[in-house]
Amino acid sequence: MKRSRSLTWLLWLIPLVFLLYFFYQPLLAIFRQVFSERFNQGWQFFSWDQISRPLLFTFWQAFLSTLLTLLIGLPAAYLFSRFEFTGRKTLHTLSLLPFILPTVVVATAFNTLIGPRGWLNLILMDMLNLSNPPLNLLNSLPAILLAHVFYNTSIVIRMVGNSLTRLNPHFDEAARVLNAKPWQAFREVSLPLLMPTILGASLLVFLFDFTSFGVVLMLGGPQYATLEVEIYTQAMNRFNLPMAGLLSVIQLVVTLLITLAQNRLKNPRFGKAALSSEQKTRQRPANRRQKLFVILMCLLLVILFVSPILSLVSRSLVTFEAARGERGEFETGFTTRYYSELFINRSGSIFYANPLAAIRNSLVYSVLTMLIATSMGLLTAYALSRLGSLRRWLEPIFMLPLGASAVILGLGFLLTFNRPPWTSGPFPILIPIAHSLIALPFVVRTIMPAIQGIPNSLREAARVMGAKPWKVIREIDLPILLRALIVSLAFSFTISLGEFGASSFLANARTPTIPVTIFRYISQPGALNYGQALAMSTLLLITSAAGSLLIEKIRLPGEELF
Amino acid sequence: MLRVEDIYKDYDGKPLLKGITFEVQEGELVCLLGSSGSGKSTMLRIIAGLEEPKSGKVYWNGEDYTQKPTHERGFGLMFQDYALFPHRSVAENIAFGLRMAGRSRSEIDSLVEKALASIRMQDFADRPVTELSGGEQQRVALARALAPDPHLLMLDEPLGALDHNLRTELLKELRKRLHDSQKPVIYVTHDQEEAFALADRLLLLHEGLLVQEGSPETVFNQPANAWVASFLGLGNLVPAKLVSPNLVETDLGQFKLATSSDIEIGSDCMLLLRPEDAIVDGKATDSSNYLPATVRDSVFMGEYFRLEVMVGQTLLQVHSPHPVSIGETISIGWSESALQCLPE
Repeated sequence: MKRSRSLTWLLWLIPLVFLLYFFYQPLLAIFRQVFSERFNQGWQFFSWDQISRPLLFTFWQAFLSTLLTLLIGLPAAYLFSRFEFTGRKTLHTLSLLPFILPTVVVATAFNTLIGPRGWLNLILMDMLNLSNPPLNLLNSLPAILLAHVFYNTSIVIRMVGNSLTRLNPHFDEAARVLNAKPWQAFREVSLPLLMPTILGASLLVFLFDFTSFGVVLMLGGPQYATLEVEIYTQAMNRFNLPMAGLLSVIQLVVTLLITLAQNRLKNPRFGKAALSSEQKTRQRPANRRQKLFVILMCLLLVILFVSPILSLVSRSLVTFEAARGERGEFETGFTTRYYSELFINRSGSIFYANPLAAIRNSLVYSVLTMLIATSMGLLTAYALSRLGSLRRWLEPIFMLPLGASAVILGLGFLLTFNRPPWTSGPFPILIPIAHSLIALPFVVRTIMPAIQGIPNSLREAARVMGAKPWKVIREIDLPILLRALIVSLAFSFTISLGEFGASSFLANARTPTIPVTIFRYISQPGALNYGQALAMSTLLLITSAAGSLLIEKIRLPGEELF
Repeated sequence: MLRVEDIYKDYDGKPLLKGITFEVQEGELVCLLGSSGSGKSTMLRIIAGLEEPKSGKVYWNGEDYTQKPTHERGFGLMFQDYALFPHRSVAENIAFGLRMAGRSRSEIDSLVEKALASIRMQDFADRPVTELSGGEQQRVALARALAPDPHLLMLDEPLGALDHNLRTELLKELRKRLHDSQKPVIYVTHDQEEAFALADRLLLLHEGLLVQEGSPETVFNQPANAWVASFLGLGNLVPAKLVSPNLVETDLGQFKLATSSDIEIGSDCMLLLRPEDAIVDGKATDSSNYLPATVRDSVFMGEYFRLEVMVGQTLLQVHSPHPVSIGETISIGWSESALQCLPE
């Protein structure tokens, strides 16, 4: 008995120390930075404008993005939960995919659609015989909004769709039998019952839009900076660390408030009674209006979700080199050169980033992240499910990292670990550690329900039959947890492979990752750079999509990822 | 009043209702009786306008209602799971239909109060419905359905979600409330006890067809076919063959019938041997309807003993007014007038 208790202590001490050292210490460093400057120099190092401009823009774009996301997501959720049609499953899976796609892939995909070298401009140039791209949609607010809608519609579809499917259809029918017109039944009965879920989904979408980094950096251009982008610019381009720190503190406070509000909405008081239907809710569209709705929604979703992806993949296989001197004439054709160039080791300019090295680095980081995040997540989940009264105090400490953004983590690491042995070591271990911290909350949320789902009587039965504590874990816990562990491994691997925010602070020219290299390539001129960025994005897209499909396949239904 | 005509409906590509026609008269309580999956709930939903029939018509007082939207029909429907709105109080639930019908505030208040009084739940007005017991929910659901004074009331297994004791108690109350309301009622159930206790008329639905229609006594005394007899639990059914108008042949031997059957001579049928009509160890009026039987089991039921007896390879249930011991060989018989041969 005594031995097993000491084991429990050790169990939660390991992730606790890991978090204190690698998460709370960097966070503290940011605060210290801000307040030491404040006491030494007064408030001279910033002007109000420097803070209010990105802050207001962040709120504004997040508000607009959330509104647009709901505008498409709510009817889409209705479509998937109420109608049966050919291709429903495929379209549903497709619409859930974007959530896990790396930001650089999404940004690059939209670049190939609406950018100066994208399909839309190429088609217009060809049709109107122009030499320059007529549309300048990149570096604009609509580009940011479009990418955010692409990203977060899946959250609305997943959360609201789930509630809609489980909402007992008898409520709506009872209202209509009681003299309510269809719109009255919706307003008086269905809407109030769904409202908590809709609000919760909206807040989550708002949170993701608020903390959006890669998309805004790559599609917003210099004049549109959110807090995250401004933190990056101040720290990496202007070397104004106090300013970056101050913005981070503001960002942390706002995201914490949104997270708290979101958590309060999670348990609506009548949720259980209303959302417990086993009725079949999906039907084939019955009349002309329903058919029109289904067709239009499907068309919209295919355009929204499929066109950027197709655009990226196809553009990475086609060359459009402008023939010099001749107006409107292009050499066009199918090519795999962008892919083969990835594996040829050229060097030259100082901007040169070696794609092969990036791919190798990213794979190594991802494997390490997978191992660190899953083992830390497993220990954390065990600690949280075993500690009785201590849990109340420890749970927030373990779960807070979800609220912190990757950019802030990157800044904190820069402030804390920008010294030997971290910088001089033979291997940049900081990147997988940062990635693990980002993946950790997802891993804990995957493993925790699985652990809590194991009835203690199973362990007790094994002990009574003479199993030693570690044997109990091996014989009972591990086989049951296997599924959750595989999901966690796939999850952390995919997150690490596409992570951009923290990596953009930590990956230097010697240690590039795939997303960082894509970012460098796409911001440089030249068709080959552009093509290589697309080729790498396509490879990353395929890997992430495979990871996401694997997760969806083996994930148990009912496990909430947010 | 209500007339449904030749209703067809498919479910998941398979025919569920295959031409249903019936009427409900003013103040009449009709029970739609059938096993689960027989399409009886779907029939209600078609009458309510929640589902469209594949073909066929629904008429109300001669007017074609088939395409009329649900909220314009003025019918009441009580769901099996009650579907009480969880975000509204007891009083708000009852007021809902009145509010949607555009009644005035004061009118709604007084009608809701009356409705609450009629179910003796005045003190529950502001309670959330999620805190009510099953029986209380059932009462509120009925009050809610009746509050807007519907032309026709439909109930879908209203006692189905309750346990046995509560059912018996609420059945009595329901019977009184439904008869007092003077409204035409369609009551859907799979429980023949409920149906017998409530119905003016029974409609028996089997495999998408109405197999019998009539008063509870008629259905009980003259089941239309073997399925009806078996569904209502009327007694032992033995495969038989009609050899002459008044004689059937079975594995147990030949039986004489008092009334000649409409079944074609030489065809197969099912002989209904009702346990309560069996004569145990008495003098049968005709020796040909007499069988030797071995007692397998005997259970004291209060007014009689329920026996399980073996006749050859066939197990039969019979009621005996006096005790018999297990293992004993007895003779059982049915008088000619008590026997019926039913089409399969």
